[in-house]
Amino acid sequence: MNRVFLFLPLVIFLVMGLYFGLGLRQDPSAIPSQQIDRPLPEFDLPGIADGEPGLSSADLVGQVSLLNVFGSWCPPCAIEHPMLMQISRSGRVPIYGVDWRDRPGDGAAWLARHGNPFARVGDDPQGRLAIDLGITGAPETFVIDQEGRVRFHHVGIVDETVWRDTLLPVIVALEAE
Amino acid sequence: MIAELGQFALILAFVVALFQSVAIFAGLRTGDAVVHGFARTGAIAQFVLVLAAFACLTWLFAVSDFTALVVAENSHTDKPMLYKLTGVWGNHEGSMLLWALILTGYTGALAWSAKPVEARLISLTFAVQSLITAAFTAFLLFTSNPFARLWPGPENGQDLNPLLQDPGLASHPPMLYAGYVGFSITFSFALAALIDGRVDARWARIVRPWALAAWTFLTIGIALGASWAYYELGWGGWWAWDPVENASLMPWLAGTAFIHSLRVMEKRDTLKAWTILLALLTFALSMAGAFLVRSGVLTSVHAFAVDPERGVFILAILVALIGGSLLIYGLRAGLLKPTGVFSGISRESTLLVNNLVLAAACGLVFFGTFYPLFITTVSDETITIGAPFYNNTFNPMLGALLVLVPVSGMLAWKRGRLMPVLKDLAPAALAALAGGVAAFWIADRGLVAGALGTGLAIWIALGVLIDLAKRFKLFQIEFRASLARAARLPLGIWGMAVAHFGLAVVVFAITGVSAWKQETSAFLMPGQHLDIRQLTLTLDDVEQVEGANYVAERGYLTARRDQQVVSNLVAERRHYPVRGMATTESAIHARLTGDIYVTIGQPNPERGWPVFVYIYPFAIWLWIGSAILGLGGLLSIADQGRRALGVGRSPVPIRAKPEVAE
Repeated sequence: MNRVFLFLPLVIFLVMGLYFGLGLRQDPSAIPSQQIDRPLPEFDLPGIADGEPGLSSADLVGQVSLLNVFGSWCPPCAIEHPMLMQISRSGRVPIYGVDWRDRPGDGAAWLARHGNPFARVGDDPQGRLAIDLGITGAPETFVIDQEGRVRFHHVGIVDETVWRDTLLPVIVALEAE
Repeated sequence: MIAELGQFALILAFVVALFQSVAIFAGLRTGDAVVHGFARTGAIAQFVLVLAAFACLTWLFAVSDFTALVVAENSHTDKPMLYKLTGVWGNHEGSMLLWALILTGYTGALAWSAKPVEARLISLTFAVQSLITAAFTAFLLFTSNPFARLWPGPENGQDLNPLLQDPGLASHPPMLYAGYVGFSITFSFALAALIDGRVDARWARIVRPWALAAWTFLTIGIALGASWAYYELGWGGWWAWDPVENASLMPWLAGTAFIHSLRVMEKRDTLKAWTILLALLTFALSMAGAFLVRSGVLTSVHAFAVDPERGVFILAILVALIGGSLLIYGLRAGLLKPTGVFSGISRESTLLVNNLVLAAACGLVFFGTFYPLFITTVSDETITIGAPFYNNTFNPMLGALLVLVPVSGMLAWKRGRLMPVLKDLAPAALAALAGGVAAFWIADRGLVAGALGTGLAIWIALGVLIDLAKRFKLFQIEFRASLARAARLPLGIWGMAVAHFGLAVVVFAITGVSAWKQETSAFLMPGQHLDIRQLTLTLDDVEQVEGANYVAERGYLTARRDQQVVSNLVAERRHYPVRGMATTESAIHARLTGDIYVTIGQPNPERGWPVFVYIYPFAIWLWIGSAILGLGGLLSIADQGRRALGVGRSPVPIRAKPEVAE
């Protein structure tokens, strides 16, 4: 009886090892979005500064576009930013922004400092839309098709590689539909 | 050329470690005495080889050789030399090489210091230790080669994460690793004892200095990590129950239990299987802590290498080492028979309580860290476990344990008498009560936690002093004679007293920082001010400055009390253009009674600069208390070191005879 007891640590460890194994199999950046292939939730966000246009779900209908969730408080967003500027300058596809959980004025100041790649930006200080979209952290980027449905969800920074190998092929495919 | 040399040295180290491990196991089976000499030489060879590899990598960073991939990714010519050098371990590959260096460093130290006693035990320890080294050098060579080339090399490097560009980084990971890896030696000793089927007081005496060394390094490493968070992250948080912090706390709790149970084993020849299990678990938790972070199982602010392939390799190493050792434990621990008996009221029984509570606390932290992961693997939900959970479970549990500290130190081994001890401690209890009530009155919040923490700190600190006074027979005999007794007191007792006193200081500081902190914030234009407690803070001016590899907005502030200037503060917000990141350099005015902690945020054109002001009472005592804790560890090591060398009196070891399993 006593001897069996001595194997208890091993058994507990093996059970836990199994769970870690399962945990490893899940790529933390490949979270399936609940929103894939569904229409965007209806929303109408105000602009991030007085006199700035806001962003509503109607703005995203009519052409393939990117929807980027960012915040001035988010260091990876600053890393991602030059790439968004480059996409915006190329004019390949319009980018819409959702300023997530910023204090009033911070988002506008941040865009004034780093440049504004967005066709329109909506202010989401409470994170309402972010919850509906199933955001886990900033930055995240969605590819929206002509009918305003979410077709692809990228978690993390968009860099040269992600743009070229992942987002652009999706955009080309959607434009051909 | 240098990179290839480093790689070559690393390959050699791997080969030597692997060969040594196999040779010792084989040699001991045939009973060849040559093995012992070889074990020692091989250990030193491993250390020299890994040291050479580490020197090569350091050289590559120092001269900014961007044809080396790691250097190109993590360094920059504009970086100050100090941060180029600390950049060696500011990345995954380099930090793994540092891990291997410290691992072989401990093996080398054992080879250097081991006396020709218990040769079989020591050689077996080398065999296990070399196996660990072989596993980690293989991990380096096959999945995280620090000497990979990048051809053609880029013009310049990609900088180091500016958050990590801080003096804290220079010392924090090496200290922490020295703690984590130090427990590899005790792990190897424990496995060696299991393989040998024999463990006794002598084993405990040989192992204890190593356990204490690892514990001391880990203590200092955790304190440095906390101070790094406090000074660099910009909101004065020193402990956030972040998975990475928990990962260092768990081996600390297990290690603390281990050094106490070792003492029981040394004195009373009991708790054997439990002590061995603690030795195995402490290192298991160290490895799990150091590597789960890197595998992507747990993601947090600290995770700077999320890579599944490495994760699988590391997981394989962990499963083999931990699973293998626990298997051997299951098979062999039954051989370890205690000879001592337990009586209800004795020092060993209080130490048993200490062990049970520490193990439970460790389990609690483990649960809090891994339960969210468990939930995400079995369902789609995600949950987080934060400070409230620990405040309601961990804190009361440890608080209750700390009440025992002075009692335990004064109870006798074998058969103690509780009443005389309690009578001696009565003044401490009264002072603690008075202190708690005073804290409740003075601190103008109705917080019971503040009163309890203060009372506890006073109870422990005075308890330690009363214990020492008893040992010196202070005020009972002539003062001179008392001094002589103090001088003759073994260093181990001093170590215990100093460490427990440090604990009291830390408890008090934690109470001050968490229960009595104050904070406020406001948008300020230059010339405007805000009030906190009796202080008035004025934002005098803000200017743009250019640093070596960053540009910053620097805010000058003055803190006044009753028109008297208390301090001038300079807070910065830095932008690092190469990485496009911003960091906060908080302005801290540290006093013994508390810190004034100021940061400035992103300015708003109409409303000015957001200024955040925090008051952290007694924050500085966190670091002082941690240093005292570490000093206690050092004193005990000095004592144990002397005893291990056979200096001073040592009782004849009681040996347990290996018994055949029924």
